[in-house]
Amino acid sequence: MEKTTKITPGYAQSLWRFLSSLKLTVVLLFCLAGLSVIGTLIPQNISPQDYVRLYGLSGYRLLLLLDIVDMYRSWWFVGLLLLLVVNIIICSIDRLRVGWQVIFVRDPKFDLEQYRRRKNAISLESGTPADHLRDVFMRIVTRGYGFKRLIPIKGGFAITAERGRWTRLGVYFVHLSIVVLIIGGYIGSKFGFEGFMALPEGEQSATIELNRTHQTYTLPFEIRCDDFKVTFYEGGQRPKEFRSNLAIIEGGQEVLRQQIVVNAPLYYKGIGIYQSSYGRLDNETPSFGWGQQAPQEIKLSIQSVASGIIYDRTIKPGEPLQLPEGLGQLVIERYEAAATFQNMALGPALIATLTRPAEAAQTITLPLKFPKFDAMRRGAVIISVVPPKAAPAEERFYTGLQVVYDPGVWVVYTGFILMLVGCIVVFFMSHQQVVIEAVNRGNGCHVLVSGKANKNQMGFQMKLQRMAERLMAAMESNETEGAGK
Amino acid sequence: MIYNSLILSIVTFIYGLAGVIYLFAWIFRKEGAAKLATWVAVIALVGNTAGIVLRWIESYQLGSETGHAPFSNMYESLVFFAWTIAVLFLLVEKRYNNRTIGAMAAPLACLALAYASFSPDKSIQPLIPALKSNWLIAHVITCFLGYAAFAVAFAVSLLYLVKSKDEKSESNAKLHIPPLSILDELTHRLVMFGFLFLTAGIITGAVWAKQAWTRYWSWDPKETWSLITWFIYAAMLHLRMMRGWRGNRIAVLSIIGFLAVLFTYFGVNFWLSGLHSYGALSQ
Repeated sequence: MEKTTKITPGYAQSLWRFLSSLKLTVVLLFCLAGLSVIGTLIPQNISPQDYVRLYGLSGYRLLLLLDIVDMYRSWWFVGLLLLLVVNIIICSIDRLRVGWQVIFVRDPKFDLEQYRRRKNAISLESGTPADHLRDVFMRIVTRGYGFKRLIPIKGGFAITAERGRWTRLGVYFVHLSIVVLIIGGYIGSKFGFEGFMALPEGEQSATIELNRTHQTYTLPFEIRCDDFKVTFYEGGQRPKEFRSNLAIIEGGQEVLRQQIVVNAPLYYKGIGIYQSSYGRLDNETPSFGWGQQAPQEIKLSIQSVASGIIYDRTIKPGEPLQLPEGLGQLVIERYEAAATFQNMALGPALIATLTRPAEAAQTITLPLKFPKFDAMRRGAVIISVVPPKAAPAEERFYTGLQVVYDPGVWVVYTGFILMLVGCIVVFFMSHQQVVIEAVNRGNGCHVLVSGKANKNQMGFQMKLQRMAERLMAAMESNETEGAGK
Repeated sequence: MIYNSLILSIVTFIYGLAGVIYLFAWIFRKEGAAKLATWVAVIALVGNTAGIVLRWIESYQLGSETGHAPFSNMYESLVFFAWTIAVLFLLVEKRYNNRTIGAMAAPLACLALAYASFSPDKSIQPLIPALKSNWLIAHVITCFLGYAAFAVAFAVSLLYLVKSKDEKSESNAKLHIPPLSILDELTHRLVMFGFLFLTAGIITGAVWAKQAWTRYWSWDPKETWSLITWFIYAAMLHLRMMRGWRGNRIAVLSIIGFLAVLFTYFGVNFWLSGLHSYGALSQ
């Protein structure tokens, strides 16, 4: 027991060191780059038949075994990504533990001796004693530097100033952004859905087919397509615009009406409805039904079971019709757009009363979609409705809608912003410290301009040079003023 | 009459001419010729700008429906690519006061335009619905600023390798190239700039994809390759900033990174298909 307790911290420590190492980061980045190539060469998520055609059966088996058919979601790819995230987090914690005291310090200390010895320090000579320069120097240094101190030293003064200490946090913004992005992606894939709906004009539906699993999914509301239009540019096949007029129906109530085009989706309750494709309803099966109302004249086909003869007759709703061969009298009572028979949905149907000689009147149902329906009654006459012809005038379209719910998208966008801000801070801002020292020497004084930055040394050196030039100019004008007096 | 393609073809030769003069000035150390090269490059850049603006205007002259910013296909993006390369290398030249980078960078701009001229269809086409988005403009501009920075970094890295080889060799030609430390620093700064804009390009692309195709990321080959490029440059930045890698190794990584950029830009369109199909040369 004692042994393990001694060894464990060692293991934990070396594991921690491994997980926080930069070597791991670089190896992971190169591995991810290299492995990602595979998925761009081998098509992802196509049908098994296509894989077999491309790679043969054994090739396909191998691809399946290695999860290459869906490699960006495979355990090994996701595992590498997670390892990168762990690496980023641990390395950030490691660095922050050390960096914390440096970044969050109220009163930064400057080791003057260290600045005096810096190679990039610039020396200037002035004919004015140090005391006369103090205020002018302070004014010049103040520009652009958030923190500054005046330190009296023997025979003169020193000014210490700094800015951008917080920029040392930039790298953590970038690292955090990657973690946020991955969390956002996970939320989307775990709690979101995306599916497709082909919705013919004039119809409504709440059912989508999920893109990945091909299962059906019912939305908490219905979508109705009132109109779809596709327009083309003049003289070409180049589409100009796909446009659907949609309505959202919730609990039987129309709650929203909106027009959507590509690039301008509709959002309702966090669910996005996107115009993605369209199609023509070709070979339109005869449209059964007359909408909400039956026409004034209805064509019937009446077959006498005894003679087998089929008679065509026209009937007006409400008016009795004498059936041929003395088969009785028929009255159309009403039209139902969505009739049912013993809990079976029949679609549009006529409800009629048939009175046979010397028999009690009976109610019969004549569904438009099923001409043989009346035969099941096993009566002496079989009546069916001659289906109304579909109106040939207008071609109908269906609109292809992608319906997507992604609760993680705002997390992802937050990650985007964090990453951009972080990159700007890391690449273009730095923590800069300057020290300006003036010590009396003879009649005048010796001025030292020194400083350091944690990044972009070359740019900082130019800045320091410009600072020295400004101080020089100030000293010269000070001297001429002094001479004037 | 459409003038923009004519102007842009002429500009191709002016970039080429600038490159030749830069090279001449560099090899024979003629300061006067180097200055001339800069002026020729500036003229080419002005012509390039005029070509882009004219294409923009002419697209509207073809009808208000056809009018759009000229960033919508391979041809137009290559023209813009040449423009960003020229702007960047002229800025670097001014800032570092050295006229050798042009010898590597001006030919790149020329090549971009020459390649664009192979495009079978240079006519202005109206935008298909998916491209009608302001994100398109943001996406193309950020991407190509990034690509151009990587291209100039590639040119500087080549210079670095030439110089460092020359310094090691006995015949030391003392080529008139900026000191190695400056080239190394310049590569780093350009890669940082490029990385920021590549990141912004991927992000604007993602936001646009969310609007047009419902997903911000779908592992389409173009997206994946841009991410591969991002990984390579991220590794390079870490190696330089944290491991203190300098010199040859960084120059080589910068060249590898640029090859990935080239593949993202051209290779994907040629060999792999995906959402970015409208960026392809053939229609």
